[in-house]
Amino acid sequence: MEKYRIDQSKGLEFGIYTLGDHLPNPLTGERISAEQRIHEIIDYAKLADQAGIDFFSVGESHQEYFATQAHAVVLSAIAQATEKIKIASSSTIISTSDPVRVYENFATLDLISKGRAEIIAGRASRVGLFDLLGYNIRDYEELFEEKFDLLRQINEENIVNWSGEFRAPLRDAQVLPRPQSGSMPIWRAVGGSPASAMKAGYAGVPMFMAHLGGPVSVFKQTIDAYRGAAERGGFDPTELPVSTAGFFYAAETSQQALKDMYPHINEGMKRTNGQGFPKQHFAQGVDPQNVMNIGSPQEIIEKMLYQHEQFGHQRYIAQIDFGGMPYDKLMKNIEIIGTEILPAIKKHTAKK
Amino acid sequence: MKIVGLSGSNVGSKTRTAMDYTVKSIKENHSEVEVTLIDLADYDLQFSDGRNYLEYKGDTGYVVQTIMEADAIIIGTPIFQASIPATLKNIFDLLPVNAFRDKVVSMYATAGSQKHYLIIEQQLKPIVSYMKAQIVQSYVFIEEKDFQRKEIINEDVFFRIDRLVEDTVVLTETYKKIREAQEAAYDF
Repeated sequence: MEKYRIDQSKGLEFGIYTLGDHLPNPLTGERISAEQRIHEIIDYAKLADQAGIDFFSVGESHQEYFATQAHAVVLSAIAQATEKIKIASSSTIISTSDPVRVYENFATLDLISKGRAEIIAGRASRVGLFDLLGYNIRDYEELFEEKFDLLRQINEENIVNWSGEFRAPLRDAQVLPRPQSGSMPIWRAVGGSPASAMKAGYAGVPMFMAHLGGPVSVFKQTIDAYRGAAERGGFDPTELPVSTAGFFYAAETSQQALKDMYPHINEGMKRTNGQGFPKQHFAQGVDPQNVMNIGSPQEIIEKMLYQHEQFGHQRYIAQIDFGGMPYDKLMKNIEIIGTEILPAIKKHTAKK
Repeated sequence: MKIVGLSGSNVGSKTRTAMDYTVKSIKENHSEVEVTLIDLADYDLQFSDGRNYLEYKGDTGYVVQTIMEADAIIIGTPIFQASIPATLKNIFDLLPVNAFRDKVVSMYATAGSQKHYLIIEQQLKPIVSYMKAQIVQSYVFIEEKDFQRKEIINEDVFFRIDRLVEDTVVLTETYKKIREAQEAAYDF
């Protein structure tokens, strides 16, 4: 796991991610300015760093109600404001970007942060950006595969010779600057379906898997499919890290956690996806067998340890700020993570 | 309560004629209902390309968003080649998988002959139930002989459409109450 800067003797890595959504607080109807939202995201990363959290990532969405379209720029400010925390994109839509430019940005970010940057590359769950950035949605699949391959080649080779369909060829090209240690971790973002996970496995790349909700057993099948595909592709699955991502909220009781978080998720989903989150599904989120980490700190610790036992993953990243969640609630959650959840998780998952 | 009457074809007149009567029946008998008529012949729709419905612009954006905002949809469809028209299927393709969750859907068909009586049962119902609709079980089937020069001439068709409208309104009200009671049971 060294190649991916993961030290399993320190236990499961705990991270935070934000989609960079910029939504009104459903309880007050008020929406902070984009300026304030971006500054709160930077402060949020700073707090996470101080609390000893391992990882922080920012997403890229080109549509209404989002503020971090230029996620590499936001990450650059985060790099400057933090000291130890790893920083990454979750995800960079590589399909509609030039891999050379993405690599230049993130290698620079790696130097600014002194070796803390990573790239998580995805295919976009919303496709409006294809029009905005001048790409054809019919090339959805091929654009991603070709550009993701090029991104990896740039990472692995100092002199790149490449040709493809969607970009001018590269002849003895040098992509500079190089990251601090010559290369950097690049993950493939996976939406949660086994087919998508298997693509990451066959390519032998680390998998970053998002899951909104549902039973642990279903996601375990996806992770098993990934590792199986990696093995068939000639890779050693024990060398490939897996990261899971999902909703997280800690409060005194699980009822309080549901109450605090539900309106944000429901209203936020309505605005960004067009349909709310059914209460029935959300209520199941506190069940020990459900992947959503919502509940009291002790319940969350137990859920996370159960998930770790099932998934054998190396990193978990939490989404807490979706849907105009007020900053004081984020601070409170970071405090709970730092003082109660992290120490327990690390203690029980550290590999001796 | 918002009801959308969806006339699912851009060819022919029978479905639109029946839809005009449907809208009239809603207005006359259920004044509390806000009804919107969407005749697909009036709009320039693009084919689904897989994006989220909120991302479609122009006529396509208007049609899918109006459908998504409705509490109930009454679909009227002609039968072409023993199946639903492509224009109507395209609407389903433009919408998300659970588009009809918490919505009531009722339907009628106009057709050249009795032979197509089961097309709604075998083709339309499976699609809308997959998309999670609460379906009004009985539907109306109207034949060529029930029309004369863009007018409905069979009194029974009026009775049946009136009943379909009433069933749609009652089921929508009832389902709303059921859902409210269910949501209230959760204390968050």
